Amino acid sequence: MRTRVRVAAGLPRHPGTDGTARQEHAAPAAAPTPKPPAPGITRRQRFRRDRTLLLMTVPAVVLLLIFNYVPLLGNVVAFQEYDVYGAGITGSPFVGFENFQRLFEDYRFWEVIGNTLSITFTQLILFFPIPIALALLLNSVFNDRVRAWVQGIVYLPHFFSWVLVITVFQQMFGGAGLIAQHLRQHGVDGFDLMTNPGLFKFLVTWQAVWKDAGWGVIVFLAALSAVNPDLYEAAAVDGANRWRRMWHITLPALRPVIALLLVLRVGDSLNAGFEQILLQRDAVGPGASEILDTYVWWTGIKTGDFGYAAAAGIFKGVFSVLLVLLANRAAHLLGEQGVYSKK
Amino acid sequence: MTAILTDPDSRGATPLEKIDRTGGRPVWEEQPSAIGQGIKGLSLVVVCLSILAPLWVVVVTSLSDSRTITEAGGLVLWPKTITFRSYTELLSGGIVTRAALVSIVVTLVGTAFSMAVSILCAYGLSRTGSFAHRPILMTLMLTMFFGAGLIPTYLLVTGIGLQDSYWSMILPSAISVFNILVLRSFFMGVAPELIDSARIDGAGEWRILFRIIMPLSRAVIAVVSLFYAVGYWSQWFNASIYINDSEKYPLQMILRQIVLKQEVPPGAMGQAVSSGAISSLSVQMAVMVLALVPVAVLSPFVQKHFHKGMLIGAVKG
Repeated sequence: MRTRVRVAAGLPRHPGTDGTARQEHAAPAAAPTPKPPAPGITRRQRFRRDRTLLLMTVPAVVLLLIFNYVPLLGNVVAFQEYDVYGAGITGSPFVGFENFQRLFEDYRFWEVIGNTLSITFTQLILFFPIPIALALLLNSVFNDRVRAWVQGIVYLPHFFSWVLVITVFQQMFGGAGLIAQHLRQHGVDGFDLMTNPGLFKFLVTWQAVWKDAGWGVIVFLAALSAVNPDLYEAAAVDGANRWRRMWHITLPALRPVIALLLVLRVGDSLNAGFEQILLQRDAVGPGASEILDTYVWWTGIKTGDFGYAAAAGIFKGVFSVLLVLLANRAAHLLGEQGVYSKK
Repeated sequence: MTAILTDPDSRGATPLEKIDRTGGRPVWEEQPSAIGQGIKGLSLVVVCLSILAPLWVVVVTSLSDSRTITEAGGLVLWPKTITFRSYTELLSGGIVTRAALVSIVVTLVGTAFSMAVSILCAYGLSRTGSFAHRPILMTLMLTMFFGAGLIPTYLLVTGIGLQDSYWSMILPSAISVFNILVLRSFFMGVAPELIDSARIDGAGEWRILFRIIMPLSRAVIAVVSLFYAVGYWSQWFNASIYINDSEKYPLQMILRQIVLKQEVPPGAMGQAVSSGAISSLSVQMAVMVLALVPVAVLSPFVQKHFHKGMLIGAVKG
């Protein structure tokens, strides 16, 4: 009743449901442009009008504030001599940049960075092309049923937990696994891929491919389904064979997506797969498997040097943002869109 | 999916509607050579087998008795006898049963909680130009760029007394901003005429959300629920740092103990294993199957909606 009176009286109108907004919805691809506040509505009236909407966002905002923003402030422990047993954050003495100094003078820290980057770049080179190839393969399958089945199968491991993926690998390639068992029957002993430090980065990459390469296909399939099929027809009529069509139509259509994902992956360089690697740290040993995240976990949660570990965490956070910005800039220089546009 | 941060204006064609390819091979396309077809088919088969074959071995070994396993020298490729002995032992009480129950409850409660919070927030932000719409959206999206880091989060969660509480497996990762944005962009696509007419009929925001928006968004709600549920079911790390009491371990912790650390579970099942009545290998495999089955059963039902859900997340921001 109240609402009806309000509409009839032409008083505060609901955002997103008046004439201007309707045009916006008619073209779903268009950006939801911020609508200037309707004339004659004060802030107080807008608040009264939208208070239910505001109330609805409260639980999520509170959760984010508690579990994302408050810990952001908690990073002050990196500047403290953190006392685990008594004082906590409020009572521990400040020591300035001492933790950072210890961190940068620690040769182990630089080893860990090197290790992290080497795992990341192995993944970048060996993992990244596979979803693209798989998408091209799937896109060339014209039978819908086959496509749906193959998609269903390759998406499946994405939903497995890392624990499960690693146990599957353990049962296949571990010391008591399927391969080792068959080799033993033919007189070859000692096959165990799961504890080999030298091959660890390839093992990790292989696990990542098994789990997520299929899922990675979705983005590329989406880009491919947006290509106008008339282009292919016109090219075919002009005598371009299937390889030339792939080179001149399909791959250019994928370029922006590839650039975007590359930017994100490079920005993500310091994440080499925390849970996956932590689960195998005991089997392979920290020499080959320690990455920045597991180093933070080990020095902080396991050995209690919270200030030092938090300093390493801050280093990682800051460098990750810098890497995204750098990679994005590189993408712009190459004429691609990247994560955010230049405007 | 990660394309969510792109300015939607400048992305060109909208891949929202899939171009119809059901007609089979177009007439203008040259017939492929037999060899080409063969290579294509073969690579598809290899890709699928590399995923399915290990799972097959796991399932078959979990169903084999200890004689078959000894004869095979370990893993079984083809079932000779089928026995559910490992499963009845695992599920007849004891540590694995308990862990499975913990995982199921955490997954159900967590998913319901996450969905409630996310749907409300997504709807609350679904009108551009509503009060404080921009700042709230920024508050959400900033968390996608800056993680607080492991140490402060750990200190906070233990500091507010969640150590050894089941909530430590739910609250710290309860909402995913990405999922909220996916829901929000779907809600924004609901025809405004429907909302207008409901409002003229006297419906308030709650009624509009429950009676109009949610019934129209079943597909995306299914996809996002699956994402949350899989996240809860699969999580191991939070439990590994926050839960010390082995009574409260979720299934993934037990799976790691039994398979990766090769620890024999205590209790009656441990005795059955050490006396040779059941093979420890088939017990390991059976725990793996327990961890695998819910995911493998659920995801195909939602599969047809994946593309839609992911694309909407990508196109609108």
